[in-house]
Amino acid sequence: MAEAIGRRETAAAVAYNEEVVRWFMLATVFWGVVAFLMGVVIALQLAYPWLNPGPEYFNFGRLRPVHTSAAIFAFGGNALLGTSLFVVQRTCRASLFGGPGLAAFLFWGYQFFILLAASGYVLGITQSREYAEPEWYADLWLTIIWVTYLVIYLGTIIRRREPHIYVANWFYLAFIVTIAMLHIVNNLAVPVSIFGTKSYSAFSGVQDALTQWWYGHNAVGFFLTAGFLGIMYYFIPKRADRPVYSYRLSIVHFWSLIFLYIWAGPHHLHYTALPEWTQTLGMTFSVMLWMPSWGGMINGLMTLSGAWDKLRTDPVLRFLVVSVGFYGMSTFEGPVMSIRAVNGLSHYTDWTIGHVHSGALGWVAFISFGAVYHLVPRLWNQRELYSLKLVSYHFWISTIGIVLYITSMWISGIMQGLMWRAYDHLGFLQYSFVETVEAMHPFYVVRALGGVLFLIGSLIMVYNVWRTIRGDVSVETREALRQGAVAAPAPAE
Amino acid sequence: MSLWKHHEHVEKNSILLLILILITVSIGGIVEIVPLYTIESTIEEVEGVRPYSPLELAGRNIYIREGCYSCHSQQVRPFRDEVERYGHYSLAAESMYDHPFQWGSKRTGPDLARVGGKYSDEWHVAHMIEPQAVVPESIMPPYRFLIEKELRHDDIADHLRANRAVGVPYTDEMIENAVADLRAQANPELGIDGLLERYPNAHAANFDGNPRVVTEMDALVAYLQILGRMVDFSQYEVEDLIQ
Ligand code: HEC
Repeated sequence: MAEAIGRRETAAAVAYNEEVVRWFMLATVFWGVVAFLMGVVIALQLAYPWLNPGPEYFNFGRLRPVHTSAAIFAFGGNALLGTSLFVVQRTCRASLFGGPGLAAFLFWGYQFFILLAASGYVLGITQSREYAEPEWYADLWLTIIWVTYLVIYLGTIIRRREPHIYVANWFYLAFIVTIAMLHIVNNLAVPVSIFGTKSYSAFSGVQDALTQWWYGHNAVGFFLTAGFLGIMYYFIPKRADRPVYSYRLSIVHFWSLIFLYIWAGPHHLHYTALPEWTQTLGMTFSVMLWMPSWGGMINGLMTLSGAWDKLRTDPVLRFLVVSVGFYGMSTFEGPVMSIRAVNGLSHYTDWTIGHVHSGALGWVAFISFGAVYHLVPRLWNQRELYSLKLVSYHFWISTIGIVLYITSMWISGIMQGLMWRAYDHLGFLQYSFVETVEAMHPFYVVRALGGVLFLIGSLIMVYNVWRTIRGDVSVETREALRQGAVAAPAPAE
Repeated sequence: MSLWKHHEHVEKNSILLLILILITVSIGGIVEIVPLYTIESTIEEVEGVRPYSPLELAGRNIYIREGCYSCHSQQVRPFRDEVERYGHYSLAAESMYDHPFQWGSKRTGPDLARVGGKYSDEWHVAHMIEPQAVVPESIMPPYRFLIEKELRHDDIADHLRANRAVGVPYTDEMIENAVADLRAQANPELGIDGLLERYPNAHAANFDGNPRVVTEMDALVAYLQILGRMVDFSQYEVEDLIQ
């Protein structure tokens, strides 16, 4: 199983559809920049509220879902769709089921969904369900697109020429299937009129809250975790030229992860009107989730056994591997925050925002950057990237950005949580709410700065990708290739 | 161990893999969500919770449209500091007609579950127009345009109908009178007896000072002013509310 990936598949034997993967990679880069830019904008709006303009379209409340959807569904989604379609073809030695036409429909249909969603937010069309904001008409469209995706993906697996289904595909498949289930159930709603945009959720109050966070947490679990683990299980072994560390660990990792994740949603609702037994279940499973998460991290990291030196010379591998480190960090922090007593402090504060970003920037974005850098030269038939030094700059600038981001949010979150519950010696609440808002200001500035660095890093990537596609090779990369410091891919691959 | 051997079958059969995945990911959701509909004590029995009046519902839709939930929660937790700061902790019953719920997940601004009656209508209008004029350190965005925009309400009865379809007990009478009730709540001179009969405790006022047009500001303030005011907590002891 693990060897399958080490084998050099010959493109000549199977006509892989790389065209659509190329589009998805370009879309990933493009939407990544948009997502980071929007993040910087709304971070600055929180630091400097006068940046909320008079016209309604661009104030914080409307732009925040533009940022989150651009990050998760546009940037992350395109990375997932693109890499999964690449991986499934290679590991199954089969071209995409449905042919180029269906693949093109998937690509453009998905971009159209993103535009439908984003234009809605700016115009004030939203269900207010976090990470499921698009209204019913966009949801229906996404359902069609998603079913298409499943058909292409599963169809390709079914016509594979390898006896085994490679582990990366299990994760991608679980991601596709579970997202379909979550999307359909959570978005059940009754439109006011079929000519209007507004709908009312089928659920209300406490049931609605749990349904939404069952969805919301598993958008993290399956979109931002299982899917990206698919990337990990293909690209890290590939880039390091080593088989996956442990095949058995992958099996345990896979089944326990997808089983446990689904239960974790109620930890978003601690101390609310949700019945306590549900909260306790959610907490228990969230804590258990720590084990498969770290099992997966170990499997990813240990794949480098015997190849650790490559981290020094190959910045692309560094992106991939450090992302797994961040994955380990946020999957440790998450279970801690799901403990009721800790959550009592962290919930409603910036600590949550920091936690999300250590996952989103450190794990999701970094592993996507690694995959993009790995794929672009191969997809455009170049020997290597234009410049590996620029990849290194990108890596360090973004890492500093992440560190600024998450440390400022830890401090502001914990500080605000403590201020809310502080009493003075006479037994009165010590701080008014707005005093706690004021205290956040310096941290909001630092956070925005972290975001700016992350954005700058992504612009370096845009430049590098563009030069690579043009066929340019920088002096230092040529030198590195000559010395064999980075594995030059066979052009056809 | 033979278990590993069996896994081989799964790896070689895509449909089997698909089915096993589906089963594995369904269990947790079913065990947690379904009982919320079947266990009766999930929602406390309290009096006073009623469907939103048409104007409040329209205001609630503006609250959703503007993404107020991204900065404000509506869920007071049973902590001493929260109860002192915001009021009685939230009950499940209080959001039983909320499609969708607005509990929120972030308090960049304070909790709003019990903001109703805390300030005057004029305060809210001034605050929404320019928060910093009222609270200088505020980082809340301005919502000046709400006072300039006329509230679209020709289709308000359809909104009530859609809510009824998802389980909110709006009566035929409420739906028939939806437009009239909406206008009366923003301009009490039109007569509010019917409104109060259908929606006890509704706060009718000339919210934004302009009785001629119903603006989006009227609707939003009407919504803010009912938040947390449906249940009269002086009538209940702690034991009554234990789930
Ligand atoms: C960027 C975050 C943000 C958004 C978006 C936001 N607010 Fe606020 N809000 C705040 C902050 C911070 C405060 C505390 C300072 C103040 O009173 O202005 C506040 C205070 C309030 C208060 C006073 C609460 C009290 O108990 O003193 C109300 C009412 C309010 N907001 C309503 C709204 C409504 C309605 C919307 C949507 C139209 C909204 N807010 C959108 C941040 C926000």
